[in-house]
Amino acid sequence: MKFIMRKLGADQWSYRKQKALWGFIYVLPWLLGFILFFLIPLLTSLIYSFSTVNANSQGVSSTWTGFNNYMTAFTVNTNFNRKLTEAIVNMVVNVPLIVIFSLFIAVVLNQKFIGRSFARSIFFLPVILTSGVILTLESTSLVMAVNEQNANSGSLINALSSFELERLMLEVGVSETIVNYLTGAVDRIYEIVSLSGVQILIFLAGIQTISPQLYEASKIEGATGYEAFWKITFPMVSPLILVNMIYTIIDSFSQNELVTLIRTTAFSQFDFGLSSAMAWIYFLAISLILLISTYLVSRKVFYHE
Amino acid sequence: MFVSHWLSLENWKRWLWSFIRFTLIAGLSFVILYPILQKISTAIKDRTDLYSPIVVWIPEHFTMNNFRDAIAIMDYWHTLFNTFTLSATTTFLTAASCALAGYGFARLKFKGSNILFACVILTILVPPTTILIPIYLNLKDFTLLGVIPLLTGKSVNLLNSYWPFVLTSLTASSLKAGLYIFIFRQFFRGIPKEIEEAAYIDGAGVGKTFMRIMLPNAIPAIMTTALFSFVWQWNDSFYTTTYLTSSKVMSTQLSSLPYNLSILLGGDPSKEDPFYLSMVQDTGILLAILPLIIIYLFVQRYFVESIERTGIVG
Repeated sequence: MKFIMRKLGADQWSYRKQKALWGFIYVLPWLLGFILFFLIPLLTSLIYSFSTVNANSQGVSSTWTGFNNYMTAFTVNTNFNRKLTEAIVNMVVNVPLIVIFSLFIAVVLNQKFIGRSFARSIFFLPVILTSGVILTLESTSLVMAVNEQNANSGSLINALSSFELERLMLEVGVSETIVNYLTGAVDRIYEIVSLSGVQILIFLAGIQTISPQLYEASKIEGATGYEAFWKITFPMVSPLILVNMIYTIIDSFSQNELVTLIRTTAFSQFDFGLSSAMAWIYFLAISLILLISTYLVSRKVFYHE
Repeated sequence: MFVSHWLSLENWKRWLWSFIRFTLIAGLSFVILYPILQKISTAIKDRTDLYSPIVVWIPEHFTMNNFRDAIAIMDYWHTLFNTFTLSATTTFLTAASCALAGYGFARLKFKGSNILFACVILTILVPPTTILIPIYLNLKDFTLLGVIPLLTGKSVNLLNSYWPFVLTSLTASSLKAGLYIFIFRQFFRGIPKEIEEAAYIDGAGVGKTFMRIMLPNAIPAIMTTALFSFVWQWNDSFYTTTYLTSSKVMSTQLSSLPYNLSILLGGDPSKEDPFYLSMVQDTGILLAILPLIIIYLFVQRYFVESIERTGIVG
């Protein structure tokens, strides 16, 4: 490397220029991968989405057909519309729940109590357990499903719990949509807990960087724990709410039915064009959601600097 | 004095909160551990216990048959070795290439490096499904931008080998690599510039500064990246089922386990007892995550501490 640099006359360059050259060399492996395994495939997939693709032993040939594939995805394919809305609605429902839940758990896990490190290691276990194939298989496990059924019918209290809660809240006069949302969350607690491992980690890390002096000062001034949370903890971790929101959204790529549909369209029906078109619609929908939510949240975020 | 303290509202509030906290944490821990406990209980049950109404958790006929079956069908030891090699290789290569890129983006600024970093963010945001097909077709007739046909006369088929994993992790574009680059960049930005400058003044080049000064300081970031990358590669079914169609790694073996089992029992999959199939599958899952849990038990302290020092939090 030194030899090449001398050949180029680079050892005579200024300190700044040399550093820039090294920077480029360091980034080079990634740049190659980016072009080879990201940029070219991305553009190719865009072209495929506008054409009919024929893959055979001679290679791949594509003919331009305009918006045909997109029309097919929306009007002809029976599943696409339903699964797209399902995936997006699920995401929109889950993201606030996961973010609020993981912030709450992070605050609790940050307090001092006996067995804290043990509790922490249990709460981070989902990071390991619920990724990829295991989650997919778990949802199809028959023994577990039956056991759950038994557990529910076995104990009356268990089955009635969220029902009681629902009635209680409705009588108090909470709007019905909110009640359904909350009780739905209680019923899906395992799903939410298992999806929020990384988010809890990130929030916990953020809370620990807040200087303890702030809390001491607020305590002297007579703030309660509740006030300290809303006036100190919440503003200080608010940039991480954005981070976690984005993470939750991109995390949902790995496990939903739409992705399965896109895959089977490509690898079972060999309709690469249609599959690319579906993938692009999905990507555009997600970018739209990301843009809107980033815009909404980032206006409220408090930056320390 | 003591009595008034004991009677004070503050004291009672604290006790109440401790109690609520304990209930909450215990309950949620149970929710998290429940599937694992369930699987353990299922795995050591005998087939007859499945239908026995008196057996809930602890089996009446304790047996290791499920483990034996699952190990035989999954070709467990062979699969374990393959998966471990694959995960370890990609982890090592990914950590190395992402550390390089992260350092380049954090400290060695050049013209356009900010634009390139925006591209890193883009790679995080695009769903892998969008670029899956072109990558698949590309790897099927791999030409490396036309270089390989010039040398050998024809393109090579990289599918069904470990090359796709090696190549993508070597070039920092494997599973979620954008996230790791982001972690490394944030971390390197947090290390004081003075340390680096002192190294330069003492006559170390950029390479030496990176290897001797920056990397030893970046151990938390390296640990975090390595753990995430190892675990996600281990469990990944998205890329493994696309790139490897017949090789035996954990995630492909797991998803084809029920089918293989019914073949072994000598019949058609639809005629077999679905409960028994599910039982062996649960055992298979348990066997697949067992190595991860063992690793986690040893490194979890590090895992929890390291991410707190990684600087994702800025």
